[in-house]
Amino acid sequence: MSAGAKSERVGLEGVRLVSEKEAAGGRLAREDLELVVGLEVHAELLTRSKMFCRCSTRFGDPPNTNVCPVCLGLPGALPVVNREAVRLAVIAALALNCRVNLRSRFARKNYFYPDLPKGYQISQYDEPLAVNGCVMIPGPPPKKIRIRRLHLEEDAGKSIHEGDDVTRAAYSLLDFNRCGAPLIEIVSEPDISSPEEARQYLEELRRILEFTGVSDVKMEEGSMRVDSNVSLRRLGQEQPGALVEVKNLNSFRAVVRALAYEKDRQSRILTAGGTVRRETRGWDESLEITVPLRLKETSEDYRYFPDPDLPPLILSEEWLESVKREMPPLPEEKKRYYVDVLGIPAYDASILTSSRKLSRFFDECVSRGADPKAISNWILSELLGYMNSRGLGPDAIPTSPEFLVKLIRLIDIGVISGRIAKDILVKMCETGRDPEEIVREEGLQQVTDRAFLEHVVDEVIAENLSAVEAIKKGRSKAMGFLVGQVMKKTGGKANPELVNIIIKSKLE
Amino acid sequence: MSGGALWNMKASALLELMMAGEVSATEVVEAFLDRISEVEPKVGAFLEVMRDEGLAQARRIDELRQSGEYPGLLGGLPVAVKDNICVAGTRCTCGSKMLANWVAPYDATVVKALKAQGAIIIGKTNMDEFAMGSSTENSALGLTRNPWDLRRVPGGSSGGSAAAVAAGQVPLALGSDTGGSVRQPAAFTGITGLKPTYGRVSRYGLVAFASSLDQIGPLAADVRDVCLLMDAISGFDERDSTSDNRPVPSYTRALSKSAKGLKAGVPRECLTQGVSRGVKECFERALEVMEDLGVEIEETSLPMIRYALDCYYIIAPAEASSNLSRFDGVRYGLRAEANGLEEMYVRTRRNFGPEVRRRIMLGTFVLSAGYYDAYYLRAAKVRTLIRRDFKRAFEEFDILLSPTTPTTAFLLGERTQDPLSMYMADVLTVPANLAGLPALSVPCGFEEDSNSGEDGDGDSGRRLPVGLQITGRPFDEETVLCAGHAFYQAVAPAVEAELARMRKDLGKESCGSACPQAQSPKGSAWKE
Ligand SMILES: [Zn+2]
Repeated sequence: MSAGAKSERVGLEGVRLVSEKEAAGGRLAREDLELVVGLEVHAELLTRSKMFCRCSTRFGDPPNTNVCPVCLGLPGALPVVNREAVRLAVIAALALNCRVNLRSRFARKNYFYPDLPKGYQISQYDEPLAVNGCVMIPGPPPKKIRIRRLHLEEDAGKSIHEGDDVTRAAYSLLDFNRCGAPLIEIVSEPDISSPEEARQYLEELRRILEFTGVSDVKMEEGSMRVDSNVSLRRLGQEQPGALVEVKNLNSFRAVVRALAYEKDRQSRILTAGGTVRRETRGWDESLEITVPLRLKETSEDYRYFPDPDLPPLILSEEWLESVKREMPPLPEEKKRYYVDVLGIPAYDASILTSSRKLSRFFDECVSRGADPKAISNWILSELLGYMNSRGLGPDAIPTSPEFLVKLIRLIDIGVISGRIAKDILVKMCETGRDPEEIVREEGLQQVTDRAFLEHVVDEVIAENLSAVEAIKKGRSKAMGFLVGQVMKKTGGKANPELVNIIIKSKLE
Repeated sequence: MSGGALWNMKASALLELMMAGEVSATEVVEAFLDRISEVEPKVGAFLEVMRDEGLAQARRIDELRQSGEYPGLLGGLPVAVKDNICVAGTRCTCGSKMLANWVAPYDATVVKALKAQGAIIIGKTNMDEFAMGSSTENSALGLTRNPWDLRRVPGGSSGGSAAAVAAGQVPLALGSDTGGSVRQPAAFTGITGLKPTYGRVSRYGLVAFASSLDQIGPLAADVRDVCLLMDAISGFDERDSTSDNRPVPSYTRALSKSAKGLKAGVPRECLTQGVSRGVKECFERALEVMEDLGVEIEETSLPMIRYALDCYYIIAPAEASSNLSRFDGVRYGLRAEANGLEEMYVRTRRNFGPEVRRRIMLGTFVLSAGYYDAYYLRAAKVRTLIRRDFKRAFEEFDILLSPTTPTTAFLLGERTQDPLSMYMADVLTVPANLAGLPALSVPCGFEEDSNSGEDGDGDSGRRLPVGLQITGRPFDEETVLCAGHAFYQAVAPAVEAELARMRKDLGKESCGSACPQAQSPKGSAWKE
């Protein structure tokens, strides 16, 4: 039976679902319908060279500079598998609890498109690299999302259409720099039942892939891409309805909004007694709706067959063991270590392990002798606060572990106050400078000169007699006010403990 | 005597003369270029002759020799390369309009190896378009004739390479063999051709027809010369994942071994597949020669090879349909003017010739959803069974013997209207490709009765050559070549006398009377 006929069959089952319900005299209500979502995630592997040739995978180079006969699909050129890509894909598979197949096979997916230079994409089909994995999402309640398969493939090139509209462009340009870049495709089972679960699943995938160094998973640079299969199922039934594929999901937000939109759209159709068409739709970012993609009448037949240019990919047990041994820690393991051994609160630990770069930054601070809890607080409140306000991601931490540890030491030994330290951190981040240098050059050392501070305290007492009265009546809040006034007069440089002691002694 | 002319000598003899300093590479190359000028209008073996580069290369080799440096295994020998193998800076047309002006930007691994060994690439030879055919009539770019009888085809798809060697235009040539494309034209033109074991020679830079079957192979006047080329081009290539990394012996040195005591099987299925009486008689005499050499001959059976041709015509087109997808007009090669993408694809790809289109359609069909299992998958299973048949046979025999082709060279135009009769020309050669085995075609004599075509009456006055096919175990080219060499030594005097006479006549013959289709620049298949 052709693929076209197959899709027709699924579509008809969608019809039957509704008509049985109607025959039974019931009306289908929205609450009877459950969202059923499977996600296909493509992640670009962090290799230096492409999947089947030696060209660089660097992002952002001038168009068509990282190309060769192989990735341009020139006549006579042949592919050779990139070992590092296989290693990273196996790490991903292990991190996602998949079973790695010691024998897998590359297959050709045949279709014509200008950015696909060979007229086929080398992918894996009936013998993928890994199967049967899973990812836990936090919920609540926590839930296991099963992964059906994980396989290796190559990326296509990039079409740039004149005027950005393919239907009206007078010409299109092609950039093959990305063509042949190694990808893994991770296909989930249809275990996701809400937009929020989809978001959590993607966050978790992203965290694991980033943390294990498999991919830098940047949706904006296209190194992570998501397609979804959405259908609705009557609660308590096995068989979901007609499958709608939604493409063009360029951000997590787009995934969440598109799934919510589809749930709404499909349930409106079903509750009105209609049928959902099996089709491919695209997410329109500006209108926030999904629209049918103009596709050919017949469904695409990719004519997969084993690629005769590549023998089966055979992994040895020993090699697989060595990859397991050298596996970077998973975020969950790292988090447990932070909580159980370093005494970091669970919430803070999960933020520290949200990215490999951040976790490494923290680890290095700790290895430089910083107090884990103190450094964690500084990273989470001050450093991340600064970075969020400037829109910086975890791979753009604007200072070094060395400097941050120095800064905290300056507080510990009383050279600067915690308040001044916050200002210094901003300066460190803005200039990339050493905190000791900033303190020295800008004269930010704490004032611990007792005679000078007594003089300032006298001034403050004279100017705030009402507060003094309040303190004498036992209102301790006013004490803080007086200390604050002293700090203000000294530009924050006064040692707050010393100021406290002096005020107390003056008022006794 | 004409045998004294440089162009009439074998590569091994030329090499000795050059090494002894008796002739220079420049003289050798000039002699062959002159011979090309002389007979090319009749033979049409070449799509391009690299005269100036060839001579420049030859001078460089001479300088090397003069300064006492070793110029390589093939130092100064001219080699012709089939036009589906990339030579940097030279057009690589594959005999197709689609690539008529495509200049390869890189050297195939075999071409690199040839250059490294001092070979001089002096031309690119004609072929059936994308190597699909058995007569070279499917070339969109020229007509090649069989030098033994200019009314006849040289075989294919490496017809240009075979005709060039037979005509004395070049001592050595490379072809490619997907279903017999080296061996069948070698047999048709009375020379020697080897299809090596799949994986023995790198395919990098060979424009793919059917990747799991394609193998580059040498063509030359005798087995020794074939070994010279094999010594240069064999071995592992990190750019070809299907190339094999086991060590490569010196094939030239292996020739000193005796064939005595070898066990040879003759598959009885090979003599029932439309083999002509003349070929059968010639083959039987060859078996007697083998027995005289001390080879033990026994009949055997490979029951599954009856399905080899059917199996081949599913697997090869399937792979071809995918391999040829890249010729879409987007990045290189021919692009037809069109409004929009779809139209560009369609108009561009209409420039494939009829046989190529036929195979793309066939291949697309057998890979389609719903037909894949019934055709492609089943063919893959049959292929496994064919391999198993061979494996079993090679437990008992060292080599297998059969005619290379069921008939001798047929007339130009005789089979172009009937693809199935054309496909039959490969019926005996296809099994070795399906099983990935090394197989040699070596001249074994001449057909007594001319296999006349519709108008043939045997009045050409010249008997046509017949090839003996020797198939061996995987990666055991040594035994195949050794047996082939011993055999050829026994028949060489008769074969080479005929060859020399043919070459001499070829220089004299006027084309007009000998070639009825001389006025047509293209094969008749192209007129559809
Ligand atoms: Zn490349």
